This record gives sequence, C-alpha cells and structure tokens, in this order.
Amino acid sequence: MIITNIETVSGKRIVKHLGLVSGSTVRAKHVGRDIMASLKNIFGGELKGYTELLQESRQEAVERMQQQAESIGANAILNVRLTTSSVAQGAAELFAYGTAVVLEDDHV
Amino acid sequence: MYDILIFLALMALGYGFGRYAEAKHYKSIIQREQDLQHLPAVSSKVLPKVTHVDNILVSGNVVISVDYFKRFLAMLRNFFGGRITAYETLLDRARREAILRMKEQAKAMGANIIFNVKMETSSIYKGEKDSVGSVEILAYGTALIPKQ
Repeated sequence: MIITNIETVSGKRIVKHLGLVSGSTVRAKHVGRDIMASLKNIFGGELKGYTELLQESRQEAVERMQQQAESIGANAILNVRLTTSSVAQGAAELFAYGTAVVLEDDHV
Repeated sequence: MYDILIFLALMALGYGFGRYAEAKHYKSIIQREQDLQHLPAVSSKVLPKVTHVDNILVSGNVVISVDYFKRFLAMLRNFFGGRITAYETLLDRARREAILRMKEQAKAMGANIIFNVKMETSSIYKGEKDSVGSVEILAYGTALIPKQ
C-alpha cells in the first residue's frame, strides 16, 4: 500500500479512482499524563507523553484509512491529509483522509 | 499574602527553567539542522520523472507547553497589544523540532528528499479561561526513497 500526500506517484499511473477513504480516532490521555502536563505548564517544555500519544493515535487513524482502502480494492492512497481537532477537554480527534486509487507501473 | 508568594515563586520557576530549556533546545535544533542539511524538505508537489523510488508518507510531531512566566508576559501583552515574542519563539522552536523529527524519520528510511511538506498547528490543551496551554505542531510530507 502506497500512502503519499502528493497526487501522483513517480513511475506509476492511476488506472482507477475509488473515491475518498478516511480514518479517525478520538483519544483521551490518562490522569498521570494530565498531572505531568499541568506541571509542565509551569516549567514549560515538551510534553513527551502527549507527543507519543498523538503520534500513536495518528498512526491508528492512518491504519484505519488503509484498511478501508484495502477493503475496496485499492493499492494506494494519494493526497493524504492529516488533521487534529480538540473535541473536548482532554480529548483530541485525529483524522486522516485521502483518495483511494489503483495504480500500475507506467511503462512509457 | 501567600498567594503573592506562590505567584512569585511560580514566576521565578517558570523564568528560570523556561529560559534554560529554551537555550538548550535552540542549541540542539541548530546542531541537528546542520546535520540534516543534505536532506532537503521542500513544499513542491511536482515529482521528478524518476522510476526507481518508493514514495512513503513521513511525519514528525511535537507537543510543547509555554511556561508560567511567558504566560504572564502574554497576558500583559493582551492588555497593551503588540507582538507576543514569548509565544513566537515557542512556536518557532516547535515547528523546527517537528520538521527535524520528520527528517530524522525519513533519514532512517534512507530517503534523499521530502516533497510536499505540510505543517499543521493545533491547540490541544486549554488551561484555565481558555488560555493557551500547549500546542501541537505536525509536519508531514512524502519521502522519496531510492529502491535497492
């Protein structure tokens, strides 16, 4: 599965468009991390717990998008966009979307 | 009386640690930027006409928090208006760090260039009275990796 945020893939051409696919996940962090975060709000600096949490969640959103694309028979997702939104205090939604396509080698 | 003492203590802690952390972070950013200079990250979408490459999505993210002292400065600025330098440096650091992490991921995969780099900023944690608590910066792009 090729995942890219450009409309084209070098050396391949699009033979079929399968429409938009997306994946999302809503995550909250646990209390321990929250306490650390409020401490960091005094000292400043990176919140490593949150960084990892968001990275994992985003990975999961991309995997869900990938599963959806596989289920409709795509072999690549082009023009992928990632967005984040804070839906409630302490929870964030990570959303990934892109265009599912079938690619084949370009012999020209 | 105790309130004022606590406030002053928090201010001093924020100022001390915040300043130290910022200086250290900038040093490390400049060092790593030099190390990764040979791996350009561009915002162009037009791919070169090459065939033996893999296209892989790479990303880097960082969640960064502002310290107590800077938050107080920003609050003052809100009153008088003008540039909030304290936040400018915070976001600058976070953005450069996110790009560096993306590049490090790409380098580990053996990429030699990253195309179509997009940046996203979101405020993920709001403190009291909707003040900026912490900010997430995400950088992502498509890495071109030569096929073996």
